[in-house]
Amino acid sequence: MHPQDLLLGAFIYLAAAVIAALLATRLGLGSVLGYLVAGMVIGPSVLGLIGREGADVMHFAEFGVVVMLFLVGLELRPATLWALRRPIIGLGGLQVAATALALGAGALALGFGWQAALTTGLILAMSSTAIVLQSLSERGLLKTSAGQSCFSVLLFQDIAVIPILALLPLLATVNPQSAHGATLIGDLPRWAQTLAVLAAVGAIIVAGRFLTRPLFRLVAATGSREVFVGLALVMVVGIALLMQLVGLSAALGTFLAGVVLADSEYRHELEMDLDPFKGLLLAVFFIAVGAGIDFSLLLHQPLLVAGLVLGFIALKFGIMFLLARLFAMGGPDACRFSFALAQGGEFAFVLISFAAGLGLLDPGQSGLLVAVVALSMAAAPLLMILDARVIQPRFASKPGARGSEPIEDTGARVIIAGHGRFGITVGRLLQASGIRAVVLDHDAEQIEVVRKFGFRTYYGDASRHDLLEAAGAAEAQALVIAIDEPEKVLQIVETARRHFPQLQIFARARDRVHAYRLINAGVEHVYREVFAASVDLGKQLLVGLGMHPFEAHRAARRFKAHDEDLLRRSARHVDDTQRLIDIARQEREELERVLTSDASAPGASPDHAWQAPDGRPSDAGPAPAPPAGQAAPQPAPWPPVPWRAGAMH
Amino acid sequence: MKLLVLHAHPRSKASVVQRAMVRAISGLDGVTIADLYAEYPDFDIHVAREQQRLLDHDVIVLQHPFYWYSSPALLKEWLDLVLENGWAYGPGGTRLAGRFLLSAISTGGTQEAYRHGGRNRFEIAELLSPFNQTAYLCSMAYLAPFVIHAGRQLPAGQLAAAAGTYRDLIVGLRDGAIDPLSRLAPGFTLPPAFSAKR
Repeated sequence: MHPQDLLLGAFIYLAAAVIAALLATRLGLGSVLGYLVAGMVIGPSVLGLIGREGADVMHFAEFGVVVMLFLVGLELRPATLWALRRPIIGLGGLQVAATALALGAGALALGFGWQAALTTGLILAMSSTAIVLQSLSERGLLKTSAGQSCFSVLLFQDIAVIPILALLPLLATVNPQSAHGATLIGDLPRWAQTLAVLAAVGAIIVAGRFLTRPLFRLVAATGSREVFVGLALVMVVGIALLMQLVGLSAALGTFLAGVVLADSEYRHELEMDLDPFKGLLLAVFFIAVGAGIDFSLLLHQPLLVAGLVLGFIALKFGIMFLLARLFAMGGPDACRFSFALAQGGEFAFVLISFAAGLGLLDPGQSGLLVAVVALSMAAAPLLMILDARVIQPRFASKPGARGSEPIEDTGARVIIAGHGRFGITVGRLLQASGIRAVVLDHDAEQIEVVRKFGFRTYYGDASRHDLLEAAGAAEAQALVIAIDEPEKVLQIVETARRHFPQLQIFARARDRVHAYRLINAGVEHVYREVFAASVDLGKQLLVGLGMHPFEAHRAARRFKAHDEDLLRRSARHVDDTQRLIDIARQEREELERVLTSDASAPGASPDHAWQAPDGRPSDAGPAPAPPAGQAAPQPAPWPPVPWRAGAMH
Repeated sequence: MKLLVLHAHPRSKASVVQRAMVRAISGLDGVTIADLYAEYPDFDIHVAREQQRLLDHDVIVLQHPFYWYSSPALLKEWLDLVLENGWAYGPGGTRLAGRFLLSAISTGGTQEAYRHGGRNRFEIAELLSPFNQTAYLCSMAYLAPFVIHAGRQLPAGQLAAAAGTYRDLIVGLRDGAIDPLSRLAPGFTLPPAFSAKR
């Protein structure tokens, strides 16, 4: 291909993607359907803007699915994955088995041989991870119980591709070796192949655990973002290549790598950096699927193809629905689950070409299957729209029927930006109180240190809106800005207030002037970084000088309240130094008056109020204050009280 | 016997009578004085430690000015938190059974003010009934209160004499020279679990 053709092709694909996404989301149809239709329109059957290279483009764009599964893996800690084992193996396994048998029986009825029929069943059991996950996440349904069930089934399908790839050659009646040469280890004996597969998986886990962190740390220390993005891509592409070498699904390999890195501090940064690639590649992938639909077949046998597509969708829907009820899903969830998964998937294309190579399917059969799968994928977004607009509202109007609810509150309630000596204290208090927090820091060394102490910290620059988003800012309740760069704090405040107005902001102020600026930026909770410690020290100093601890405590409290009030009143004069000095002068006298009032206005305290004026038995009102000096001031030695933290100041 | 004096006064500078009382009993062996407002200026009472301190003593003295016919807020907080259900009272709550509770208070008004028809309309014993009942519920014996009335008006000598009386009471209880059972609050009947423990 000439470079110009490449640019032209890229232009057509990207332009189609942009236009389709704009139109489809404007019409409320979801971007996936838009891409598929755009593919049909620019494909060889209609406008012919893109030609026969569609299959190559699809191979390239399948990498979008690979990246997507890496990102899905990043969201799943091993513990979460383990918690999902029942739906994955039970629901997923039953689904693949039942669908393969039922659709295989259908194919048998259509006159396929039993090997071809079984192959067809297995191929059509796959649903589209790309379409379903993309559509569910666009609608925010991924974390609902129906969404999680879909995810479990899709994950099982992705895993099942491997044994299916191993099984198909056994079904083939012609020489199976010819198709297996694609992998490097295809010629090795079977035990060596197994060993190679295990070694590759082991390498991903070990490298993910031990190698990536120092590597990312090294790259993060350069502070150059494109190097970080590059490293992330190198990693994903490398894993995909490795998986292909040993004949495993690249998507599965990157998914595994994602899970391994889900606990890593670089998780959010990775998510954010790879997300645009995933989105664009998937768009191209969907366009290629749309372009790949053979309309000539459709024109020649319109009724056959239409009937097959409808029958396929209906059968798959029915099986999904039965399984959903078997697994005790309620009506709304069962519908959402079944509508979401009733289509063929991208792995079907891989399996079809593989089976055709094995001679399991003749060219007519495989052409028909490609058309059925592609059309069912095109119908999938429509089915989900049907479910959302027509089916779900019916359940909602019935009393007692409840739709999907989030099964797990995966979003943290608090985001802490900066995990140095300030943020870490806030984090510890939250942790001790059982409140989940996501902690971000952009100092790789600092992260290394606090991670050793068992804190979950992520690498990233919190002044970037997309990183905040990846950390869950849209759902979080509060943002703590605890970093020690005053300008950056203001920058984060601005970003957060613009994009996430629901966030309560708690900000660390370097000094008084910084506090003024934060207050003027609209931050309600402003904390000067050494203020509380100084007041604490001052309080204990008063005690050390002989003041009663309770009086010292109250003096400190009054001082603090007064000063914070003054801070807020002075904030708007931040640029008028003379004015600030004048205010401070006035306030100093005011403060002295406030602090001494407790002791110097004795008439107000109950110690004086109930006494009779001069010892007479009296029924008269409260007495005036006794002459000053009667309360002989005597410094009492207040021993430090060892169990109180205050004593350690 | 060992005595624990829980002293509560939020304004030590303004205190005259309470300070004289504290000074009178300071430095005595077997008498622990706890200045609650000094130990817990932020009202964060360490419950386990306070409970252990109660178990280490036989007579608990609540020494405080009679603010609003009751104790200062921190002593009330102390009672609310330390005397836990199941520990001090309620099912299985007999850890304090057999101990003695003594109120040692100072009032601004004279004794005459604390009578029916007087300015304060009730007698001291009536106004102290929450403490009396607290002792009963915790299977403790409530002793006749020690009260200094209108101490601020007393000439220095008389205040010193009153403080001396207080000291004599504390020392007498400590040494066994005063039998606490002979000094029960008038009309106080011993709770059943009290006698069982002694």
